[in-house]
Amino acid sequence: MELIKPGINIPFTKYRYIAVVLSSVVNLAVIIMLFVKGPILGVDFAGGTVVQLKFQQRASIEQVRSALGSLATTETVIQDFGDPGSNEYLLRLEKTSVELGSLSEQLREALTKQFGAGQFEIRRIESVGPKVGRELRQQGAWSVVAATIMMGFYIWFRFDLRFGLGAVIALVHDVLVTIGALMLAQYEFDLTIVAALLTIVGFSVNDTVIICDRVRENMRKIRRESLEYVINLSINETLSRTIITTGTAILVLIALYVLGGGVIRPFAFALLVGFFSGVYSTIFIASPVILLWDKRTVAKKK
Amino acid sequence: MRKAVLTRFTIFFIAVIVSVIYLLPTFVPNLPSWWHSVFPGEPIRLGLDLQGGSHLVLDVKVDKAIENNMERMKLDLINQLREKAIGGVTVDRVEGTLLHIKAPAADADRVRGLFKSDFASLIEAKPTQTVGGASEFYLTLSKEELRALRDYAVDQSLETIRNRIDQFGVSEPVIQRQGQTGILIQLPGIQDPQRAKEIIGKTALLEFKLVDDNANVDDAIKNGPPPGREVLYGHAGKGLGGAADKQAYVLESRALMTGEYIQDAKVRPAQQMEGASVELILNASGARLFEQITSSNVKRRLAIVLDGRVYSAPVIQERIGGGRASITGSFDIKEARDLSIVLRAGALPAPVEIAEERTVGPSLGSDSIRQGVMSFVVGITLVIAFMIFYYRGAGVLADVALVFHILFLLAILAALQAVLTLPGIAGIVLIAGMAVDANVLINERIREELRAGRAPRSAVQAGFEHALPAIIDTNVTTFLSGVILFQFGTGPIKGFAVTLCIGLLTTIITAVYMTRVYYDYRVSVGKLARISI
Repeated sequence: MELIKPGINIPFTKYRYIAVVLSSVVNLAVIIMLFVKGPILGVDFAGGTVVQLKFQQRASIEQVRSALGSLATTETVIQDFGDPGSNEYLLRLEKTSVELGSLSEQLREALTKQFGAGQFEIRRIESVGPKVGRELRQQGAWSVVAATIMMGFYIWFRFDLRFGLGAVIALVHDVLVTIGALMLAQYEFDLTIVAALLTIVGFSVNDTVIICDRVRENMRKIRRESLEYVINLSINETLSRTIITTGTAILVLIALYVLGGGVIRPFAFALLVGFFSGVYSTIFIASPVILLWDKRTVAKKK
Repeated sequence: MRKAVLTRFTIFFIAVIVSVIYLLPTFVPNLPSWWHSVFPGEPIRLGLDLQGGSHLVLDVKVDKAIENNMERMKLDLINQLREKAIGGVTVDRVEGTLLHIKAPAADADRVRGLFKSDFASLIEAKPTQTVGGASEFYLTLSKEELRALRDYAVDQSLETIRNRIDQFGVSEPVIQRQGQTGILIQLPGIQDPQRAKEIIGKTALLEFKLVDDNANVDDAIKNGPPPGREVLYGHAGKGLGGAADKQAYVLESRALMTGEYIQDAKVRPAQQMEGASVELILNASGARLFEQITSSNVKRRLAIVLDGRVYSAPVIQERIGGGRASITGSFDIKEARDLSIVLRAGALPAPVEIAEERTVGPSLGSDSIRQGVMSFVVGITLVIAFMIFYYRGAGVLADVALVFHILFLLAILAALQAVLTLPGIAGIVLIAGMAVDANVLINERIREELRAGRAPRSAVQAGFEHALPAIIDTNVTTFLSGVILFQFGTGPIKGFAVTLCIGLLTTIITAVYMTRVYYDYRVSVGKLARISI
């Protein structure tokens, strides 16, 4: 079977100005969102405590809150977690177990009073002190930045400086789009999200590598045509691979998103967004950057 | 040609056999006992998020340890001055690690001589000032000494905690340093994390101090204790109804003896009228010291203080030989047992604080495994179906390669005893979706070469050759980000990075090397006139 007919020639590079404007607007919006509102930070980064509770029978959020009594403050967030009907809740407390003392003991006592012993289960407690949270936040941000720059250097080393630059800009775009989507979908940022962002950086650059590889090959074969023609040809020639590879990755990600459970879901969501964005950015962002750069250097030389 | 194919096939076959051997302990729970004596391999190690357990990061308050050390040095210095009969000298700890010494100018050289010879770790923080017949010295610890003390405090804490955990009884705990002052502790499959935390986190500094019966307790609380004295409160035990025993005591600040002389600590079950108690057995020098202390303080009260709480303050009736003492404090039996553990294992050189805690119950772990396996099965099935649908024969080949990739990946995880976590499972699923990329690249290339009019045989040849550099490059980039992730990540995330990186390696082996062997085989038997792609 063939999804993409051979000899296809979509003039991708023609749309580059629209794409650049569109993407700049989106990226700018994400940056503004980051500064104005900021992402919702999970306990890994903000510090605090997360408790996952499972009840034998249906319990409402109000019941849980009232059972917690003084343990719950106005800042305590109680929300559904896991699959519908599983009666699982996630509590988010500002304080850590260090400050609260024997938190699990207190929780167990309070819940037993309301629901009775054996009617609930404390399935998970994660508590991170503010100092650790701050460190993880910085390290997380740095690791994403470092990975992006590293990819740029690798492509520079293997191909060309302008390709490296194009790749870095495309990656920044993918990371920003993913962060924006996570913020819109109200997902918390934690360590798994950083893992997802790093994977996006590592995976999304693959499309750029494949196209660069083809551009280099075509430039040797075709000497008369403009760089724009060669880039466009290369994108078209590799289009089928780009779509199929991303497609199989998306298939497994959908499986993970639907079946992987509450911890994996945000991770799969981030990767889905990032991979889609990766295909787009390679075609519409990385290539124009290469072209722009080339035109300028050519103009200077003349 | 044929021979080369045979060699490659043999290598591949051996790899499969070895992988199966490594994986059997994971998937066949009741292997006969002779198996383990013949073949290597343990089951794949599950992370705490899959088998349940506690992950703790403790922060050792090293500054406190350094202050304690400084305080000891101060007392040492005062003693030495007294021994050398240098009078009129005052020694104060100004702040943290700064000592201020004021001595008559006439004795300045002798004082300097003393700390130059006997206190080599101290350096002068500021030049000596001599004002109005008195010399003032400011001494502090050198940078090297500070670093050594910090390291020592963390290492010593780690050893002590390891002892405590060993005695508490946890199978396969992980205890290691993390960063400058952190200690990472992983306790798999633990049932009562709260209790484990209490045992691990207790400083357990045991001190014997004399009670000052002449001082008025209420006065001392209201106006502050007299010099050389301190006010400490009693301990409220859990046993015997846990009567809140918050009695205040005025004690002499100087500890006559500390817990370092303890050789063993045993639990004595509760008697009729009192709770359980812990009997201390002191070593030889401890026994001598204890005898000396008790004989010179008959009829006085000796307080047994643990972490700043008075557990009991019995009157010394007579000289106590034999090196035995007991701590009572209306304990229940569990409390007494935990106390005996921490006393046997020794005190922490500095207090510790729990900086991070992640505890997962066993039921959530098995749920996560179920979800992970489910998404794995569904994800892989989707990919396999798609590849056959899209590439026919070449798709089947890619799928076979994919299955072997998973076999190798799991076998390497088992062989390296890498930890498999929930994100790790997600990594396996994800890498399965990405693993076919190499085959897609090769197949697309072969299709192009076929369209360009090449014969199948040379199209395959050219397809592999042209696709290879791109395959290597794409894997290197993803591998690099995996390495960065491994550097940064903790626990579960590290598991993801590990499966990602190993998976990329096995992908190259199966998707490139293995499929190549298959095509070479067909070429060698002269049957590559047509290919299904």
